[in-house]
Amino acid sequence: MKIYVSRDMASVALGADDVAHAFAEAGCDVIRTGSRGLFSIEPLVEVEMADGRIAYGPVWPGDVAAVLDGSHVNRLGRIDALPFFAGQQRFTFARCGVIDPVCLEDYAATGGWKGLNAARALAPQAVVDVVKASGLRGRGGAGFPTGIKWQTVLDAPAGDKFIVCNADEGDSGTFADRMLMEGDPYCLIEGMAIAAHAVGAHHGYIYIRSEYPFAIYTMRLAIERAAQRIAPFTLEVREGAGAYVCGEETALLDSIEGKRGQVRAKPPLPALKGLFGQPTVINNVLSLAAVPFILAEGAEAYAGVGFGRSRGTMPVQLAGNVRHGGLYEIGFGITLGELVNDIGGGTASGRPVRAVQVGGPLGAYFPPSMFHLPFDYEAFAAAGGLIGHAGITVFDDSVDMAHMARFAMEFCAVESCGKCTPCRIGSTRGVEIVDRIMAARPSSQSVRAEPVEALSFSSRKEGPSTGSGRTGEGYIDKALYSRSPSRIDTSLDAQSDLLRDLCDTMKYGSLCALGGFTPYPVLSALDYFPEDFGLAKSVQEAAE
Amino acid sequence: MDEFIEGWTAQHGATRDQLLPLLHAVQEEAGHIDDAIVPVIAKALNLSRADVHGVVTFYHDFRRTPQGRHVVKLCRAESCQARGGAAIEAAAAQRLGVAMGQTRGDGAVSLEPVYCLGLCAIGPNALVNGRPVARIDGAALERIAAEVAA
Repeated sequence: MKIYVSRDMASVALGADDVAHAFAEAGCDVIRTGSRGLFSIEPLVEVEMADGRIAYGPVWPGDVAAVLDGSHVNRLGRIDALPFFAGQQRFTFARCGVIDPVCLEDYAATGGWKGLNAARALAPQAVVDVVKASGLRGRGGAGFPTGIKWQTVLDAPAGDKFIVCNADEGDSGTFADRMLMEGDPYCLIEGMAIAAHAVGAHHGYIYIRSEYPFAIYTMRLAIERAAQRIAPFTLEVREGAGAYVCGEETALLDSIEGKRGQVRAKPPLPALKGLFGQPTVINNVLSLAAVPFILAEGAEAYAGVGFGRSRGTMPVQLAGNVRHGGLYEIGFGITLGELVNDIGGGTASGRPVRAVQVGGPLGAYFPPSMFHLPFDYEAFAAAGGLIGHAGITVFDDSVDMAHMARFAMEFCAVESCGKCTPCRIGSTRGVEIVDRIMAARPSSQSVRAEPVEALSFSSRKEGPSTGSGRTGEGYIDKALYSRSPSRIDTSLDAQSDLLRDLCDTMKYGSLCALGGFTPYPVLSALDYFPEDFGLAKSVQEAAE
Repeated sequence: MDEFIEGWTAQHGATRDQLLPLLHAVQEEAGHIDDAIVPVIAKALNLSRADVHGVVTFYHDFRRTPQGRHVVKLCRAESCQARGGAAIEAAAAQRLGVAMGQTRGDGAVSLEPVYCLGLCAIGPNALVNGRPVARIDGAALERIAAEVAA
């Protein structure tokens, strides 16, 4: 009997390996797939029946007999019929969770290589035109039209051009790149081969962060197996080394070149002077993985869904304290509230949703009053936020937003490449200001309602355990009074003004999005949740 | 170690862009990148020592001192925090007897911060000796502690 069990890193973290092993022991033919993308039903087991696959989940190693005789209490029926999956438009993730990710026959049998064949039958300019017509925009966050980028590289005269895939998906709350690379690696390879044909490149790199060991393994294996199919184009995986800033495209290029991952000043654009000084297409995993569908099904099929200037689908990732977390691919235009409440089912803790962060560590925090926002690049930008990589992290009412603002600054300080001053120094000054605010706010604010599972988000999170001891009272006093104590106004109003001023400097003075967007989470926390900073609610209006 | 580097560059090339792959390989082989090996790497790739030192110290993954026999990489990012990660971090430091970012005195375990493993709907998460572990709670911490003690 054929049994399908995911080998995705998330499924394995939840025990899928043991489950797969138990079924193999029982004599079943176990096929390891990618993840279907709903983690509340993992480890998920699908049993092949005469009329299709029947799913059971979650399933544990002791459940083999109950699953095989169909009596298991977690019988889910057909996956496609579940509400979480029925509403999706899976263009990019159509095969993920369905096929054996590294099986070439499975890939070809499910429409694989159709896009590459179509592309190679066209002239390079015609391929670029199709991508332009699809309206595809960079899925990494900036939303720059992919076709325009390709056109620039195609028009560049140099002989040696490169395709670089940015798989340094470091934003917390995002995992779509990882799921695709582990669940359908040939889709990314095909997208890159199409890009190579379109611009005249011969070699490509996939830069994958070291935190994704499963994706690195799967991609390397898939590249080896697909080498003949994509020839003369060649590909290799480069492993990152734990620097978040390498997700910025120019820092990533420097990292591939063997340097410190520091951001380059633009211009010149990477499309003209990129990797090794040559014209380079650098796209996110999801942008490149969307291309095979566009070439296979036509630009109209892709552009037919979407909202405003955001065409096609977005693989949205529901994360954090959410009941039904996972990957939900849908056309642009769905509202934030529908995603969090209807599809995500609210918080996992059962408490009210207080805030959601959209777009990773550099994305804004929105309160439920903003849940009418449609998922669209322009709508989010107008609301002072960004879609980024479309990760949504849900927080319940135990969250301390001043602490989250501090974390945003702290993260920027840890990960800053150090090239520009606003980011390198501003982030550390930002941590200090939020520390002062947290020390000065009325004591009732510093301890919110006791959080779920007795897990306390204390405002002094850096207790003895983290060892740095930098946030103790002594440290603040020293920072404040070491120079000219009389000149420092430590009142909450003065410090929050100072924080806004610093954010302004970082936003407009930083070289890249790390320093430039860190103000988004900080300012949105300050604007929408002033009470956590010990300020009156009315600050929200004053901010405009 | 010198022969290892020589063999590696013979196989993969000695151009500058091989520096990160070579550093990964050296660290895998030796456990960490000792300051004494930096001049050898520099010579192998025709770079200055300062150049190699700059790269080694820039990336969080590269270690200049030995790691514990067991390595627990605990996620500190927002999605894990939304699921109680800060408390688990404090509890892990207490239970394992080592501060975040440190190696325990007896060399048994290193507790390292990591910013996102991409398992964001099932946190708090960790990589325990390279193995992903999700939904960490008190019981899971006990299992990790037992693994470390073994």
